Formats: sequence, C-alpha cells, structure tokens
Amino acid sequence: MAAASLTDLDTALEAVADGMLVAIPPDYAGVAMAAARALIRRGVRELRLVCVPQSGLQADLLIGAGAVAEIETAAVTLGEHGPAPRFTAAIRAGRIRIKDATCPAIHAGLQASEKGAPFTAIRGLIGSDLLTVRPDWRVIDNPFGAGGDPVALIPAIRPDVALFHAPMADAHGNVWVGKRRELVTMAHAAAASVVTVERLHDGDLLADETLAAGTLPALYVDHIAVVPNGTWPIRFGDRPTDAAHLAAYAEAAQSEVGFQSYLQRELAR
Amino acid sequence: MTAACRPEELLIGVVAELIGRVRHVAVGALSPIPAAAALLGARHHAGTRVSILNSRRHSFFTDGGRELFDCAGQGRIDAFFLSGGQIDGAGDVNLVAIGDYERPKARFAGSFGSAYLYYVVPKVILFRLEHTTRTLVDRVDFVSAPGTSPPGTFRPGGPHALVTELCVFRFDRAAGRFTLASLHPGVTLDEVRDRTGFAFALPDHVPVTPTPSDADLALLRGPVAADLAETYPAFAADVLGWRATVGETAR
Repeated sequence: MAAASLTDLDTALEAVADGMLVAIPPDYAGVAMAAARALIRRGVRELRLVCVPQSGLQADLLIGAGAVAEIETAAVTLGEHGPAPRFTAAIRAGRIRIKDATCPAIHAGLQASEKGAPFTAIRGLIGSDLLTVRPDWRVIDNPFGAGGDPVALIPAIRPDVALFHAPMADAHGNVWVGKRRELVTMAHAAAASVVTVERLHDGDLLADETLAAGTLPALYVDHIAVVPNGTWPIRFGDRPTDAAHLAAYAEAAQSEVGFQSYLQRELAR
Repeated sequence: MTAACRPEELLIGVVAELIGRVRHVAVGALSPIPAAAALLGARHHAGTRVSILNSRRHSFFTDGGRELFDCAGQGRIDAFFLSGGQIDGAGDVNLVAIGDYERPKARFAGSFGSAYLYYVVPKVILFRLEHTTRTLVDRVDFVSAPGTSPPGTFRPGGPHALVTELCVFRFDRAAGRFTLASLHPGVTLDEVRDRTGFAFALPDHVPVTPTPSDADLALLRGPVAADLAETYPAFAADVLGWRATVGETAR
C-alpha cells in the first residue's frame, strides 16, 4: 500500500479542514501542540474537538483562539496550574457547545468505531445528569438479563481526523507509539490521522517484533511531519512539562486581553 | 523523638486506614495525600498493588487510557479516590458546574471518570479538604455521579467515606447518608455543623481522628516519601521532609 505522505507540518495539516471532528489525546499521551499553533496561525474555524478523554492547554488554546465550535470531553484542566481559563470563559458565555462526557464513554465510543459497530454499552452513568445533557446517549434494559438492569448505550465516535504526536515514524509511514495505545484507538476510529513525530526511524518498524508491538501501521496513518519537541510546552516521554510556561499561561489567559497577547507572542515564534 | 505530626500526615494516616487491606488501590491525578496513603497502606499489607497516575514505578497499564476503566469495570480495582466542586449529603458529586448548566455561575473541569468509577469501585474515598457550606451542600447543582442507585441498578461500588480538613464521615449506603466518624484534633462538633451544608447522622460518641503512630510517621518520612517523590517531589520534600540523596533523582 502507499506510504503515508511525509511532509512539512503545514502541508500535513491541510487534512484538517474547518468544521471537522478532530480527536486529540490527553497531556500524557503526546499532544501535537506545534500542530495546534500552526492551525491557529492558518485561521482554522469551527472545529469540533473530541478529547480522548480530556485535554488541557491544547483545547484551551484552540478555544481561546476562536477555532472551536464544539467540544466533547470528560474534562479540560491545566492540572496543577488550575482551571483552563479560556474553556471556562467560553462555556460561561455560551460561546462553544459542550458535550460533557466521562472518560470511559469516550474510550468506548471510539472502540465502537474501531469495530465498525454503531454503538456500544457501558456500565455506570445511570442516574447521572450526564444522561440528561447527552440526549445522544441512550439507556435500555440489558437485553440479555432477567429484566431490569438498565445500561447506557454510547454511539460510535468517528472523528474526521486524529491529531497527535509520537516518538518516531519510518519511511513506510508506520508510527511507533509504544504503550500509548489510546493513540492507536484514536487512529483506528478516525477516518484519517495526522501525526507529528520527534524523528524518523532508520528502518522498518514492522520488521522488528519488539518495535512492531508498539507500532501503529501505515494503514491508519495519512500524514506525517517531523516536528522535534512537537508537544512543547506539554510533557513528552522523559521531557517534563514546561511548568514556568504553563504558570505564565494560566495567569495571562485569565483575561481575553492577556490571552491575545500571549497568543500573538507564541504564534510569532 | 518524633517531630509533631503535620495536618497532611494526619490525613495520610486516616486515608490509609480507610483504604484498609485491598488487592489494588488506584490514585488519580493531583492527589499527593491519597497517593501517600496508598503507599503507606501497601507497607502494612503485603500484596497490595498501588496504581498512581503519572507514576512510572507504580503503573501496570500498557493498554492506553481505557485500561484503568476496563480494569475497574471487571472489579479489579478495590479502592479509588474522587473529589468534587460540590458534594452533597446523599453522596452525590458534582464536577461540572454551579448554577444553570447552560449558563453556569462557575464551571469546573468536568466529570472525568466519576460517572463510571463511582459505580464500579467498591471503596471510593471522597477527599475534599475545603470543608465549607460552599463545597458540602444539601443538594448538588449537577450530579456527575450519584451516591446511591435504586435497586436493580448495577452498583457494586460507591462512596465509603468523606475526608475533609475538619473530620471524617463514613457513608451509610443503606441509609444513603453520611455519619460523622471522627473529628480532627482541635475541631469541635459545632464547627463541623456550622460549616457543613448537609444533615448527617451523629453517633453518641465521636472520637478524635487518631494521629499516625511513631512507626507510621517514620515510614511516611522515610521510604514512603522517597517513593512518592517520583510523582510528587514538591509534596514529598515540603511536607514529608524528603531530600534526594547524592546521585539519586526523583525518577
């Protein structure tokens, strides 16, 4: 099969069009922050984000920049740096739609999509107000039970694009993610994947059994760009989060003016 | 001579006691006190597995973010911790919003895994330091996850206790409400009544929350602090007095 195209970042991001449903990973799994800044620079609009299952600076930045129409997430937070200020402001002002979720429901929705199934069932949720604000989630009685036993149904989540950062890719378009298997789930579930990587691997990732076990095959990868340090200022592998930067962001983004000046400075880098 | 017990150390001791003997306790993000309590407990109960989010040493998961939830759904996690912007007297937790959902007065991060883990983990310990009528309310504005479920609902899990800066409440699942279990040293019953927004049951005698033994304090300030420093270096250093030895790093 044809290898994923290895391009510069802006070319790879042409696959992310206005209005698309875009899946993004949590801070611990490889957040494509350079890609988010490039999308904002390009002026992307009306994105619908699916956070797998939560987000931090990446979602806050895209929301503050006016690039987001809707977000499905279990949470948005800057972690030890406090609430995500632009997310919070946008929700309070009603500027974006939110599909409040819980972590396993997002994982389950993506897993249904991986299987090509229309929905899946999960435990929990019965009696939660999440069911009230998520009319797209249904409750049925367990059809295999002896009666009663309500269970929640979650429709498949099929993102237009999965966007994430990984340690390495090879010339065939295979991407090594190690044990960050949520990236595999995202790519399987999505119609297309755009991946930034730290570096190119010299050789075939699928040729070595040990590496192959942690490899997302090119079958699921559409566009790759080499972007060293592509998650900055968010942590990646052994590289910690730039805590001073996050603290400065959390402070600046308290106000619209502060956020805009932060954004201008970062986009000009 | 053991230095005086700090408030955080008291909380670590009481949370370790609440976890008790379990096969597997998991700790989420931003939870240094529960993490320290889980590590302390594991030193008393051989064979206890401790999963700490963001730790490398205390992580067994290789199948991505879903695995914690799948593991819990199968009954492989015995104890977990939750907090809430609001917690009410029925054990309901709110991690979403204050006021009208569409135009909230305050918006929190979101429900995280609460709407699942609260149902399937047998011992959920609620941990919310701020003990005020703002946080501990009669009825939450949004139910991320309810404290109890009607009969016929699959509900092996739920709240076990609520630990605050003032006291410990135990949750009575049959009655669907909290019972005051102990007052932290120096705290009065009136103070707890004044600062709690929900009604709770009161036993005839309310004990003082026990301080950790000298042996436990030594464990906490020694091997537990060194272990915890991998994930929470600032907490281990500032609260438990951990110092990296030459050539050793937090990782």
